[in-house]
Amino acid sequence: MAALEKKSDKAVEWIFTALIIIFAVVCLVPFILVIASSFTSETSIIQNGYNLWPREFSLEAYKLLFKSNTLVPAYGVTIFVTVVGTLLSMLVTSMCAYAISCKSFYNRGKVAFFIYFTMLFSGGLVPTYLWITRYLHMTDSIWVLIIPALVNPWNLLLLRNFFQGIPDALSESARIDGANDLQILFKIILPISLPGLATVGLFYALAYWNEWYKALLYIRDSKKYPLQYLIMQIQRNIQYVQQNAAQGGATTNGIVPAYTSQMATAVMTIGPIVLLYPFLQKYFVQGLTVGSVKG
Amino acid sequence: MRAGTKKKDGQLFVKPTLLQDIRRNKWLVAMCIPAIVFFIVFSYIPMAGLYIAFVNYKPSTGIWMSQFVGLDNFKFFFTSKDWITITTNTLFLNVLFIASSTVASVAIAIMLSEIKNKWTKKITQSIVILPHFMSWTIVSLFSVALIASDGLINKIIVGLTGDPSNAIAFYNTPGVWPALLVCLKVWQGAGFGSIVYLATITGIDQSIYEAAAVDGASRWQCITRITLPLLKNTIIMLTIMSVGKIFYGDFGMIYAMVGNNSLLYPTTDVIDTYLLRSLQENTNMGMTAAIGLVQSVLGFILVIASNALANKVSPESALF
Repeated sequence: MAALEKKSDKAVEWIFTALIIIFAVVCLVPFILVIASSFTSETSIIQNGYNLWPREFSLEAYKLLFKSNTLVPAYGVTIFVTVVGTLLSMLVTSMCAYAISCKSFYNRGKVAFFIYFTMLFSGGLVPTYLWITRYLHMTDSIWVLIIPALVNPWNLLLLRNFFQGIPDALSESARIDGANDLQILFKIILPISLPGLATVGLFYALAYWNEWYKALLYIRDSKKYPLQYLIMQIQRNIQYVQQNAAQGGATTNGIVPAYTSQMATAVMTIGPIVLLYPFLQKYFVQGLTVGSVKG
Repeated sequence: MRAGTKKKDGQLFVKPTLLQDIRRNKWLVAMCIPAIVFFIVFSYIPMAGLYIAFVNYKPSTGIWMSQFVGLDNFKFFFTSKDWITITTNTLFLNVLFIASSTVASVAIAIMLSEIKNKWTKKITQSIVILPHFMSWTIVSLFSVALIASDGLINKIIVGLTGDPSNAIAFYNTPGVWPALLVCLKVWQGAGFGSIVYLATITGIDQSIYEAAAVDGASRWQCITRITLPLLKNTIIMLTIMSVGKIFYGDFGMIYAMVGNNSLLYPTTDVIDTYLLRSLQENTNMGMTAAIGLVQSVLGFILVIASNALANKVSPESALF
């Protein structure tokens, strides 16, 4: 009897392992497909379609990409937005998060609610759009990709929860020594909050890196397109051709999208995320587990 | 006790006035100011701008000088036939997303928790979370390689049936899109969603399982009789919270995947994509804002209601 049960237990574990590996493979296949396609020659893609392994290896797509005048500026925009945006966001967010985590600040709950309410109710697309374009005149400014997304209320409250977990005695003793709150934050609180900062910083950085919606709304000048929006434009071209091909029409107005260079652009975009991911993964798993957001 | 005096930790505690509080904590208040200014400028001022939903907006006169028309903008939207399509699509797709993502996330969490081999567990967990960090524009580009007429899926279909006419022209077949979007949603979000469930499972007292093992329970019985019932609260709470957001379509996903392909609108057009389109076509700002206001108000009511429900089901898991 005991042996039989052990057998069924082993079977359960084997089935689970198999299923999870299948799902993991499904998660990986698109990545492999795109990477392989980006290293395939254009003619091979047109003849054989997309494959999991390059039939005819070629670096042509990447050479073309670096010669073209779209990718490099877009990379510049995205890197600027991600680096400057994340730094500014972290500065503003951590200062406010620390302030509303201090028990000596009696009205901290009111400030927290003021912030929390913006998660519950929003003006929506039209008022925001008109406000930013007609009144703040931020159209086509690179800062429109940063400033309207500077503070994320969820991230702020997540960080406050981390700070609340730090014993008061630490900041109290520094205060007695004559330090002001800004010094306490930078010299004492931030250095011991690395997991929390890493989690929130990662969320901000990813949000900036993956941003395209604001570019769609506010950026007209193609020199200021961030990477993600460039990809969206490229992808629209393929879809357009696909649609026309499906309807039996010939490719119109001479747009022949270079399949491989699109895939190469995708690889260039996800590259930094995939490379940094293994180092950061443990932080956000930890971070999400520790700090649940409460208003 | 005098008014304004509270007993706290056995000590007398005098409630400071707002001015006293600010004077005492001037550094802390100063540190809040950038964030507070941000929220006023980019959240609260646009809220006031919702007034545009009640006027006949003319760019030349601005919001406050335009003619007040009461509820005309709302009437205009609710008498159009569009509103039924986009509301049903939004609700239908979101129900599908919530159900499929919850089931997939719970399944992944349970499977990961049952795998004893440390390396298999670590590597597979890392891989299934990864798609969450891909933007929908990237996913959409990936999916071209999958669902194009010469993409992987059609290759498999043609390969299995041996007949090229069985290939699906995804980009002009609206009927397959709800299923396709659900698959993409699970692919992108299920692994990330499993983190919370896995944390709950890890927090379960191990002695319960040991006791069950002593009584001769199999692994499968442990899952169905111990793990799942203990996950119930988390599942209910997260589901209630996502129901609160049911009026918000997944704009990023649907716009990136569908874009301006009007052939697919019958099954994929949601409130948010409709809003963007009416904004771009610049037809009637007042009406577009009115739709946004209805969405915000309904969303707000639902969040409050679902939170009240969560408070009843398990108070410690409610948001506020």
